[in-house]
Order: sequence, then C-alpha cells, then structure tokens
Amino acid sequence: MPLRLDAPGRSTGVRRFGRASRWAHRTTAALMGVCVVTAACLYVPQLAELVGRRELVVRVHEWAGLALPVPVLAGLASRAFRRDLGFLNRFGPHDRVWLRAALRRDKRAASRPAGKFNAGQKIYAAWIAGATLVMLGTGLIMWFTHLTPLVWRTSATFVHDWLALTIGIVLAGHIGMALGDPEARRGMRTGSVSREWAEREHPLWRK
Amino acid sequence: MRGGYGNLTGTRVPWSSDGTRVFDKYVNSEQPEEPRGKPVGRRVLLGTLGLGALGVVTAPTLQRGLESFLASASDKDPTGLTGLLPNGGGFRYYSVASSVPRKDATTYRLTIDGLVDRPSTYTLAELRALPQTRMVRDVQCVTGWRVPDTPFEGVRLSRLLDAAGVRQGAGAVRFTCFDGAYSESLTLDQARRADVLVALRMQDKDLNHAHGGPVRLYVAPMYFYKSAKWLSGITVTKDVQPGYWEKRGYDVDAWVGRSNGRDDAPTT
Repeated sequence: MPLRLDAPGRSTGVRRFGRASRWAHRTTAALMGVCVVTAACLYVPQLAELVGRRELVVRVHEWAGLALPVPVLAGLASRAFRRDLGFLNRFGPHDRVWLRAALRRDKRAASRPAGKFNAGQKIYAAWIAGATLVMLGTGLIMWFTHLTPLVWRTSATFVHDWLALTIGIVLAGHIGMALGDPEARRGMRTGSVSREWAEREHPLWRK
Repeated sequence: MRGGYGNLTGTRVPWSSDGTRVFDKYVNSEQPEEPRGKPVGRRVLLGTLGLGALGVVTAPTLQRGLESFLASASDKDPTGLTGLLPNGGGFRYYSVASSVPRKDATTYRLTIDGLVDRPSTYTLAELRALPQTRMVRDVQCVTGWRVPDTPFEGVRLSRLLDAAGVRQGAGAVRFTCFDGAYSESLTLDQARRADVLVALRMQDKDLNHAHGGPVRLYVAPMYFYKSAKWLSGITVTKDVQPGYWEKRGYDVDAWVGRSNGRDDAPTT
C-alpha cells in the first residue's frame, strides 16, 4: 500500500473522502471520459475520419454509458458515501449566500460560506446526475430502436445531441476548476486535505 | 449577526466585518443529527430529468426551429463551427473500416460481374468518358442530418447494367467497396431507376476520399447509407443480400421518409 497521507506523521491533514467516494468518483470519471471520447469520435468529422471503426466505437460508447451509473449505485453500500450524498443533497441557508456571492462574482472567502461541499458543487452533482440519467434514457431509445414509436427516436436523438454538448461544456468547467485547485484534487486522490485549505474553502465543514 | 438570514444576504457588511466567525451560526445545518436543510439536490436532479422528458416531447417543434435557424446561420459562418452543432448542416464522415486505402485515376477499378453476359472492368477515365447525369437533391442521413440541394454527377447505374447485359433470373444488385468492409444492395428495379448514379462528382467537384471518392454510389431517393462510398464492385445476383448496416438492423428498402421508423420529407 502506498503511504497514507492521514498517517500519524501528517497531523495537519484532514480526512475528506473515504475509499468508496474516491473510487466512485474515479470510475465514474473514467467511464464519463470513455463516453466523451467515443462521442467525439462519432461526432467530430476530423476524429471520425481518423478513427473509423464506427460499429466498434458505437458499441464502446453504449456500454460505457450503460455502466456510468454503476459506480454510484455500488457506492451506496458504503455509509460514508451515503453521508457524502446526503451533504450534497441538503441545502442550508448558507448555500443561498454562497450562490448569491457566486452570481455577484464575489470571490472573498468571507462571502462564500460552505460546508463539506459548497453550493456550486452541490448543484453540479445534482445536475450531472440528472443529465446522466437523461442521456441514459435517450441513449437506450436510440439503441433499442424497435422498442419505441418512431417519433421518440428522432426526439431522443435531438435531446441526446444537445445535452451532450451541454454536458461537454459543464464537464470542462468541472475539470477546469479541479485543475485550478491542487488541494481539492489531492483530497479526491488521497482522501486527505490540509487543515488550512479545509478552513478556508469549507469553513462550515465539521471535520 | 443581528437579523435573520435575509438581512445577511441583503448587505455584505456583517460578512466582511465579522470574518469567518459569522459562519458558526450555520454549522448545525451540516450535522446529520440536526435538521439538515432542504433536499434541493434531489429537486435539481428531478428537475433535470423532467426537463429532459419535456425536451423529448417538444423535440419535433424545437428541432424544426433550430434546424432552420442553424441552416441560415451556417450559410454565413466562415469558421465552420456551426457544422459541429447538432443539425448544424453539412456532411458527417462515417466509416465502418479502421482505415481506407486511397485510390486514384491510375489505381481505381470498378468491376461488374455476377449474372451478366459481359463481365467488365472500368477505369476512372472510362467512367468519365460515358455520358454524365447531374442531379441536385437533398441528402438525408438516417441519423438525422440533412444537407439541402447537393449536386451529384456521374453515370446512370442502369447504363452500366445494360452494357453488361443482365441475364434472365437476376433480381438484385450487390455493391462492394474497396474499404474492404462495406456492402450495399438494391433490387434490380431500384437499381434501374434514373435517379441512381455511379457518382464521380459531388458539389461540382471530383469526389474526394472523405466523401467516398473517387467513385461512390448515389441512390437519391433513399437514406444515405445506401449510397455506398468507395465503390469498387457491382455484382448482379438472384436475390437481395442485405448490406453492412442492413445486417445490423437497418431497412433494405430505405426510402427516405418511409423506412427505418423515420418520417423525413422525401428527397425526390
């Protein structure tokens, strides 16, 4: 096993994510990555021309999409993961303060009260979960074409295409923010963050 | 610290003057034992699902509006970025093979065999020397995209079939491609239609490799997967043999608007 960062030597570290949460995030990210890359190879002409093998790419895309909710569902077996989901779900009065500050582009820490997750992370998590399920539903209609009436399929394709574009943009924002915050990434990678970071970014989080 | 939560959001003063201490009043909302605030996350998730369902229901209307808007926008778009948007106009490149060899005037050959009296092979120059037919129709893909008013030019398939002499008992034509994977087929009656070409030019240019050049099939009244790219073989057969996508669930008689569960406007 690699050196644990929450080992006694690092007394300043704060435990942020358990193993279930980290693996759910990791595998979901990998599956989402496969979906995005295969989608690009089916969709962007230059990539489609480069890759070809349309049937194989379609198969990989379909199965990765079908598997996308599995890590979160499997994570539900863990109490720590369910607790994290509970934090993501529940919005307190401070979340509205955070969102208003975000809308005003007020970046001062004092205007951004946050618990374990800030309001932006909570909205993102809920939206991406809903969007993933919409992609799954419309994707299944496109996959099993003979199960639904003909209008459904064209309509599902329409929603699938435009939502894919939206997800691409939102996902880029999510990754961009992670790239801008190494300590947040360390929390997701190792499970621990520095106490200073936790106090600054998530002052209401009871460690 | 005085006043409720409404005051706090109304003025920024308490936050900036008190610093982080002021957060303490909210701490309880994060503790699972305490009342934990409203389940807004669940509402956002269900709302997203609802919007998705609404999108599917209203898609036919939305799509019509967007298509006409994007079609006009892509005419004026010098960057070509609108072509990447869903239904943004323009062709999409589909290939079922991992790589496709390139053929030119010296290496390209089209063979015609099967139930014919005179099996034959054409070079590109020989095909170009035959009378050419030019047609301008919409192209409709079975996945939804449509490109309006696209000129195709080439030799009528019926002319090549007549030159080869189709034998009694023949009922269908099978097409093979030099990508090594794709195949298509038509009934003999379909293949003899005047709007079925062995196309050498598209959009008034010689067919390039990406569009299936130097020679592709062009079946104007059917979904575009019938218009096999990189055409290299025409074989007259007794019965229809399903092509590549048709073995994977697509309709053999792929009339635009009357097959594959779609109701697009016909292209001819």
